[in-house]
Amino acid sequence: MTTNPLPQSPLLDATGVAKNYGAVAALRNASLSVLPGEVHALMGANGAGKSTLVKILTGAIRADAGRILIRGEARDVRSPAAARRAGLLPVYQEPSLIPDLDVLSNLRLTGTPVEPFRAWVRELGIPDLDIRDTARDIPLAVLRVLDLARALAVEPDVLLLDEMTAALPANLAEKVLEVVRRQGDSGRAVIFISHRFVEISALCDRATVLRDGETVGVVDIVPGVEEKIVELMLGARIVKTHVAARTASQNAATSASRPRLGVRNLRVGTKLNDVSFDLADGEVAGVVALEGQGQDELFAALAGSIRPSGGTIEVDGQPVKFSHPIDAIRAGLAYVPGDRAEALAMQRSVRENIALPFSAALRNWGPIHMRQERTKVISAIERLQIDTRAQGEVQRLSGGNQQKVTIARWIAADARTILCFDPTRGIDVGTKQEIYKLLRELAGHGKSVLFYTSELEEVQRVCDRVIVIFGGRVVDIFRVEEADEPALMRAAYGLPRGAKADVGILADPTSSSSDSTTPGATP
Amino acid sequence: MSNAATISKPVPIGRRVKRFMADRPLIPLIILLVILVVILQILRPGIVNERWIANTIKFAIPLAILAGCQTMTMLTGGIDLSVGTVATMSAFIMATQVVNQDPAVAFLLAMMPAVLIGLVNGIGVGVFRVHPLIMTLGTSLIGTGCLQVYQRTVIASGAKIPDFLAWLGTGVTYGFPNALLLFVPLAALIVFTLARTGFGRLLYAVGDNERATRLSGVQYWQVITVLYVISSVLAGITGLLYIGLIKAPSLSLAEPLVLPSVAAAVIGGTSIFGGRGGYTGTIIGALILTVLTTLLTILQMPEGARRILFGLIVLFVTAAYLRIVEER
Repeated sequence: MTTNPLPQSPLLDATGVAKNYGAVAALRNASLSVLPGEVHALMGANGAGKSTLVKILTGAIRADAGRILIRGEARDVRSPAAARRAGLLPVYQEPSLIPDLDVLSNLRLTGTPVEPFRAWVRELGIPDLDIRDTARDIPLAVLRVLDLARALAVEPDVLLLDEMTAALPANLAEKVLEVVRRQGDSGRAVIFISHRFVEISALCDRATVLRDGETVGVVDIVPGVEEKIVELMLGARIVKTHVAARTASQNAATSASRPRLGVRNLRVGTKLNDVSFDLADGEVAGVVALEGQGQDELFAALAGSIRPSGGTIEVDGQPVKFSHPIDAIRAGLAYVPGDRAEALAMQRSVRENIALPFSAALRNWGPIHMRQERTKVISAIERLQIDTRAQGEVQRLSGGNQQKVTIARWIAADARTILCFDPTRGIDVGTKQEIYKLLRELAGHGKSVLFYTSELEEVQRVCDRVIVIFGGRVVDIFRVEEADEPALMRAAYGLPRGAKADVGILADPTSSSSDSTTPGATP
Repeated sequence: MSNAATISKPVPIGRRVKRFMADRPLIPLIILLVILVVILQILRPGIVNERWIANTIKFAIPLAILAGCQTMTMLTGGIDLSVGTVATMSAFIMATQVVNQDPAVAFLLAMMPAVLIGLVNGIGVGVFRVHPLIMTLGTSLIGTGCLQVYQRTVIASGAKIPDFLAWLGTGVTYGFPNALLLFVPLAALIVFTLARTGFGRLLYAVGDNERATRLSGVQYWQVITVLYVISSVLAGITGLLYIGLIKAPSLSLAEPLVLPSVAAAVIGGTSIFGGRGGYTGTIIGALILTVLTTLLTILQMPEGARRILFGLIVLFVTAAYLRIVEER
């Protein structure tokens, strides 16, 4: 910790903050202390509790325990308005201007002074804004800058920026960072949430790292610190776990044949910029990415839910265009969404849910061959060992069993490629194990699986290869032997593989320790 | 493990009754129907006889078919308010065209607006995503307007009720209303469609979770378009049956049946939010409403009071029924 010239009292000081949702602890013991004049990074892996802490600080939800001091006074931040009065102002990832009002009306709505707002807008690199424009007609990047200008105009003591530079073109992002930096110089404070080490190193003074709902460290941003931050985010899991490579026969089977699915330079909107990879028959390919790096768009495009804006998708070597999920399903690509509520007709039975794809096509609208359907459904139920005691309505099943139903549907439909989006989110350990086993079995039978997971430890249990996406691009592809958690975590944060000492973002060879948590770097 | 479903632990009697009702939602409806009939018999001893039953069934059938339209559309989270207009149109066109045309030609002419309105409804709801309430209300108004124009052009030709329709609508054979000849196969077909066909499955699934059906490859607009065409055709057939029963073609012939048809479906346990319900409940719902109407008629109350009571009873029955059946 650097020594401060004069001991300052923090502008914002939160300690022991906890929040439970039912039995799930989103935050256990989080603390965050922000000094005047600093830009403070808030970091943590997916699910570490960042967003919960932010919501508590800005009054969107209330903490179960903990103390929040603002300028040394205990404050009970009950609502966003109270947070605002206390001098704490957030700028979220989603634009907050009301789309159907013009900019001026939006400013009036929040009581934002107009002239300072205009000054900030010019400062942030948008010289020609007409404040009579309706928010709906303004491009997303500009809207985000306007949100920032609106916050700056009321001169908050603490400004909270959530992934501020996401979706901004380079020139605007630069201006934004410059303004944020100066905000710190003027004695105010900024809490900066970002997945990008480049920005954090350029901008921030200190960083608070969260893991599993606890603050595990506060570090000064100095060259070489990103290793330390990655370690903190991983915690005990830094211990390198080497798995043996999958048996040779499996690997051979995957490498020889023509790819089942080929993705070339795929682009979707602003989120997914350039993704290329192959998926072979008999292979489970993992996808690892931090939240919002374009993985949702990738899966939606492969599932036929949204249309890509560029690039090609090839199935068995043939280029395909999907305009409805039925097209993807006909090509043998089945999508299992992460949110079970998205995939299941909750009031219908297990059987009807599993059999749903059978009736989809117009020619299958006639009488159902009940016995045949029953055979298929029962074999899928047995394969996944679904507990059918409450099979009358899917909503009465446990979360794990519901998830099994969403997968069983495509087992019964005999889909050749299954796109699993975080299938183990929020289910019990036993069911997770069963799902890992099932995915491996599918691969063993020559099916292919694309498997996005937010839990890095799952990668080595299930995958043959791992595709890491950052900022809408594939930044690295690991073989499973190399894909231990530290390596994946680094890659997911866009850090270059292996050579932490010489090409680290804050290149400073002297400051880095020499332990070898680095994964086997490819020469 | 999967056999455990049949093993039940001892539970309190109240809860057991409740679960029994929840598993067989028809039982409380049938009980209610019987209670209404008993009340009627007590108020007017001797009224419940063979003729009364046949009469009740005759009047309940058109309502039950229209309520079938509502049941099917409500399963998808929709509603079809154009059934009244469609039934009226087909009845009116039949009655006027049959004067100069061959009955088969008149029948085809009569069914044409039904198919057309169903198609427009289906495309509006399924493709352009207009809310079904607005869509069917709109086509219903357009249909009524067209019928008025049509009425002026055929005013000279007069109208007559084809003998076959009169026989079907009012006739009774061996104590059974002839309308059952139409209704029983039709009802069986609807029940079968809902329970045992791919299309029926999709109606439930679409109403429960449209996004899930999309991800399973279901094309919403196809389901919805076919559904509203079927609904309209059923309404057209109802119109033909109803004109045989009422025997007086008018421009608002079947209009008074629209809201009762929605009520019958709701009382029968179909959720207006979609995904839940069935046709057998609806049939009993239609019978309950018909008996209730008779009951209120013989009470000899002023018209206003009768309507108030009718509305209150419908509300009460629906609320109570949902309370009994939904075990959550």
